[in-house]
Amino acid sequence: MIANEDVDLTLHEGEVLCLLGENGAGKSTLMNTVFGLYQPDAGELRLRGEPVHFESSADAIAHGIGMVHQHFQLIPVFSVAENVVLGNELHKGPFLDLDTARTRIRELGTRYGVEIDPDAIVGDLSVGEQQRVELVKALFREADLLILDEPTAVLTPGEVDDFFAVVRSLVDQGKSIIFITHKLREVLAVADRIVVLRGGRVVGDVDPTGATQQSLATLMVGRDVSFTIDKAPSQPGEPMLRVTDLSVDDDRGVTTVEGLELEVRAGEVFGIAGVEGNGQRELVEALMGMRAKRAGHVEIAGQDVTHASPRQVIELGVGHVPEDRNKHGLVGPFSIADNLVLNRYQRRPFSRRGLRNEATIAARATELVHQFDVRTPGPQVPVATLSGGNQQKVIIARELTGEVRLLVVAQPTRGLDVGSIEFIHHRIIEMRDQGAAVLLVSAELDEILNLSDRIGVLYRGALVGVFDRADATRAELGLLMASGREPETAEATG
Amino acid sequence: MKVPDPKRVGRAASASWRSQPALVPVAAIVLALAVGAVVILLVGDNPLEAYAALLRGMFGSPDRIAASLARSTPFIGTALAVAFAFRAGLFNIGAEGQILVGATLAAWVGTFSYLHDVPGILLIPIVMLAGAVGGGLWGAIPGVLKATSGAHEVIVTIMLNSIAVLYVRWLVSSNDPVVLQDTTASVPHTVPISNNARLPELFDSQPPLHTGFLVMLALCVVVWFILKRTTFGFEVKTVGANAHAARYAGMGVNRTIIAVMALSGAFAGLAGAGEVSGTVGFLSPGVFVGIGFDAIAIALLARANPFGIILTSFLWGSMLSGAGLMQQETGLSIDAVRIIQALVLLFVAADVIVRTIFRLRVDTTGGAMDTTQITSGWGST
Amino acid sequence: MKLSRRQTIGVLFGLLGAYLVGFVATSLETADKALKFEPPKLGDTSQLSLVFNPPVAVTAIGTIFVLAGIATFFERRWERLARGALLLAALCFIPLVIVLALALSEASSTNVVQLLVESLRLGTPIALGAMAGLWCERSGVVNIGIEGMMLTAAGTGFMTYAVLGDASGAPILWLSVGVAVLSGGLIASLHALLCVTFRVDQIISGVVINLLALGLTGFIRSEVIVPTGVAIGTPTPDIALPGLSQLPILGDQLFTAQPIFFAMFVIVAVTSVVLFRTSFGLRVRSVGENPHAAETLGIDVIRIRYRAVIIGGLVAGLGGAWFSLEAQAGFEANMTNGTGFIALAALIFGKWRPSTAFAGAMLFGFTRALQSRLQILKVSLGDFAIPSEFWQSLPYVVTIIVVAGAVGRATAPAADGVPYERSR
Repeated sequence: MIANEDVDLTLHEGEVLCLLGENGAGKSTLMNTVFGLYQPDAGELRLRGEPVHFESSADAIAHGIGMVHQHFQLIPVFSVAENVVLGNELHKGPFLDLDTARTRIRELGTRYGVEIDPDAIVGDLSVGEQQRVELVKALFREADLLILDEPTAVLTPGEVDDFFAVVRSLVDQGKSIIFITHKLREVLAVADRIVVLRGGRVVGDVDPTGATQQSLATLMVGRDVSFTIDKAPSQPGEPMLRVTDLSVDDDRGVTTVEGLELEVRAGEVFGIAGVEGNGQRELVEALMGMRAKRAGHVEIAGQDVTHASPRQVIELGVGHVPEDRNKHGLVGPFSIADNLVLNRYQRRPFSRRGLRNEATIAARATELVHQFDVRTPGPQVPVATLSGGNQQKVIIARELTGEVRLLVVAQPTRGLDVGSIEFIHHRIIEMRDQGAAVLLVSAELDEILNLSDRIGVLYRGALVGVFDRADATRAELGLLMASGREPETAEATG
Repeated sequence: MKVPDPKRVGRAASASWRSQPALVPVAAIVLALAVGAVVILLVGDNPLEAYAALLRGMFGSPDRIAASLARSTPFIGTALAVAFAFRAGLFNIGAEGQILVGATLAAWVGTFSYLHDVPGILLIPIVMLAGAVGGGLWGAIPGVLKATSGAHEVIVTIMLNSIAVLYVRWLVSSNDPVVLQDTTASVPHTVPISNNARLPELFDSQPPLHTGFLVMLALCVVVWFILKRTTFGFEVKTVGANAHAARYAGMGVNRTIIAVMALSGAFAGLAGAGEVSGTVGFLSPGVFVGIGFDAIAIALLARANPFGIILTSFLWGSMLSGAGLMQQETGLSIDAVRIIQALVLLFVAADVIVRTIFRLRVDTTGGAMDTTQITSGWGST
Repeated sequence: MKLSRRQTIGVLFGLLGAYLVGFVATSLETADKALKFEPPKLGDTSQLSLVFNPPVAVTAIGTIFVLAGIATFFERRWERLARGALLLAALCFIPLVIVLALALSEASSTNVVQLLVESLRLGTPIALGAMAGLWCERSGVVNIGIEGMMLTAAGTGFMTYAVLGDASGAPILWLSVGVAVLSGGLIASLHALLCVTFRVDQIISGVVINLLALGLTGFIRSEVIVPTGVAIGTPTPDIALPGLSQLPILGDQLFTAQPIFFAMFVIVAVTSVVLFRTSFGLRVRSVGENPHAAETLGIDVIRIRYRAVIIGGLVAGLGGAWFSLEAQAGFEANMTNGTGFIALAALIFGKWRPSTAFAGAMLFGFTRALQSRLQILKVSLGDFAIPSEFWQSLPYVVTIIVVAGAVGRATAPAADGVPYERSR
């Protein structure tokens, strides 16, 4: 499969170049090639006018190129210093010299505004701090060219601003930066130049001063894209989900959900905004009966499910689209058909007295594949062979059909192309209009603002603000997500 | 030091013609025999003579064939036990302990005085059930430990094997107090079970081919049916393929793990009861030594397919059966056969070697045991 | 009320302690017993011994158990205390077993120093096996073939001795040890080839190695060793450490011993230093935690894994040599008898760290030493003489308890067991 084709790209010294494209456009592949992790099939790479060829990332690093990956390449059990020196260790005799490293890390920290404690254990750091470690890693190796792959995906709106300040500082001191992203807002905020990739090819080399989010989106997707979804006002009915005073612990025994109160009514979409790591995962697992609750009550359709098993919750008419689709939502080697009955294989008509009814399973699969437009040669094909968007469609097909009274969706469009995103958003609204209660958990603020009728912000395990959609503003939400406090109170405390 | 790079190895095996799945095991056997021949030459013996004697020992006469079938009978049950556990993502290395405990319980129940005159049609199933229960309990232990504390079943089953061997040895050999020993016997073994509990003989070979063989065949059909057609089987396969997704779908993963390990042990225990009842009617300690690893090898070679297990068990058992004749005629140690068996397993597991040498296409599609990747380390689900 | 893992263990200790104090202590004979500390050589005049009264001792230990159990219920407030108390209680198992054994036997004393030194000695192959497993697994390759590596080494080592030596001379002995070590490394390279290059499932590779070892060593024994006529030879000689071997009590026992025993300590120390204080060690560990991260920093994951696995194999080879060239000079079928698996258990018990794995190995060595000691003491419950098989099963039972209770989930190197695929 060709990921990049005929790409011509030039980066000037001291410039911030944004590489823009939707998921699957080939941005990461291109940069991984520059960094030496992939080998190009054709074409050449030139650094400062000289042709270069990188056999491995060690070569790229030696030539002054550093890369901060979208998924951090860190070793959680090692300290910051150990992570930074790995591969470029300093020695004192036969032994590892971490002292010199520590000094250098502190130096780099103050110089570029990326302070970090060299002895901290990386696994204990926040996501923003971990990103600093990645930057220090690159700077430690005297990188002049920094490639940043989707760096703001995991940051709060406030942390994003801090991050841009660091980027400015780096550029001021002579570094050149390639910034990969699919977020239009940020591109316009920080880029000196924008290159748009679509389907592996370059479709635009744009000056940010003349561009708008709309024009960029059109270039990215190849057609006009609407950002908002047309929807009728919601007609909320009975409360379908009621959560009172819920407290849940994570795997390490730390209480990540504390005293949470939530109510979702039939016929409305309740969006929970918040940066990942504020208890979303534990909340969803607790609601679905997969995680024991330390305290509190959960009621679905009027029934107390605080101590119910996952199966009991599902049988009440709850659909669940998990945030990690491959790990939790699908069984890769199984066929699409088997995946489609994962949540109700034990019920009629799919089985009777413990024996599977293959005919009904297959028939159902054909029907759903057609209805949800899953691109596949056939329903018996292993689901692992499908693209990300189609895989998510399989999960959606499974969870959004049948008698669904409550739908719990977590990060439903992460990593998907625009077409799939639109499809899924429409389906969610459809469910709402059919009377289901929808709980939407997402770190993408735009998605929340687009789909929700009411919005709550999850911060440190509690809902710190609940708004009707009409009353919510981006700024307010952003501040709540970052600090848990409303703008007025924040101002008052300075 | 230049080490073999997986990238290059994969690309080297190019397709010259389509490969059928059956070709790889055959090619692996050929390769193993070739390497084995080298080893035999190194100790100064004639490999062709040895192989000829081996073949005659395996299939040379109806008597030999029956002996081969008899020898392979317990392998079928234990390999099924291992294979069934594999499908749930569990590594049951404890077949040796499970078959032993099952055999012991069966050997004991078969001596109950009040059961002595119960007709065979009832008594045989009772004794077989005892075997299944014994093995099932011994298999449930690692299952429960894994489900409750996350203890990895590899270590627990290996330890339980040794424990079973020791305790059964005591039960059978102890003189003071006498527990299960038949004090009239010259070599320590249990008291013979009632004649009504003996499985009928099919062929008078050495060892005798008995109805237990048919029971094992039936067991294969049962396992196939469970996995293919039942909802329980679906749960088993889901837990094996992705236990996280199984949990999210509402399946009781812990319950399934315990059930699978217990059933797995029961299959092995059943095989043990069959051996006691079908061959000599009593249990001698040490008669099942090493069967656990044989079972794993067979399950792997047969790609955990119940019917493949029948064929593979037959080949495996007949090789061991024929090795006796080979040693008699050529003086070559039985262990030569064991080496060849280990090599076959090696070449099948690393089928890329075989495919490269014989220029078969590298298979990249999925399958029950493809790329033979089952472990994900010691951290549990 | 939901109990944490530690609290569950605490409850078990508490119950056991209550049982000891309430029932066991009262039913023991009150005759005094003694723990002796003298070396068992004839004519030795030092008479160090500790006299104790069994019921009192058992009551004391039982009380410690109960207190530890109670402490776990305060683990939220005083976590360190709860942890320390449990550790102390666990350690008290050792004196408890000795006390009970003496109390239930007819003997009036037993030599403790010898017991402890024997534990260390019998723990040698276990510790070496654990270090072998450590090197392998720290780089991310699961190794259940330690048993097979040791067995092959034992077999080839003695084969060399028998074929070349004919019970003569030290150089042949050292050469045989060298052959054993090298064959351990050779088998390990097979494991690396299968796991790292061919990406075969790592447990399957371990099974292949164990099967191959059984067949190969059985074959070597009947085809090569037996025909030479050499059944036993002279094992490695004792080495007296200068100065230290003159110390009283321990000088004879601990500081005068065979070479592989000493090598074990050195290897544990060196492993610890190299893994945690050198760049090679850092790279090995990184490859075992997150090989892709290491790859992005230019580290050759494949090469590092090969090196680590082979180092492990060489160490396992030395462990194998202990069986056939140090503990005795001779080779029997399946001589290692599951030691490789106990070594694996020690490794898991020690949470993949050298010092704690070593402690685990010594613990298992202790259960082995205990087994023969208890048989000598003829421990019996009333009329029922406890059979030897029960004592022999102790290491295995302890292993299960340890693995189920002490370890908890997933403290292995994060990428342990996951085959590594280069980016492209």
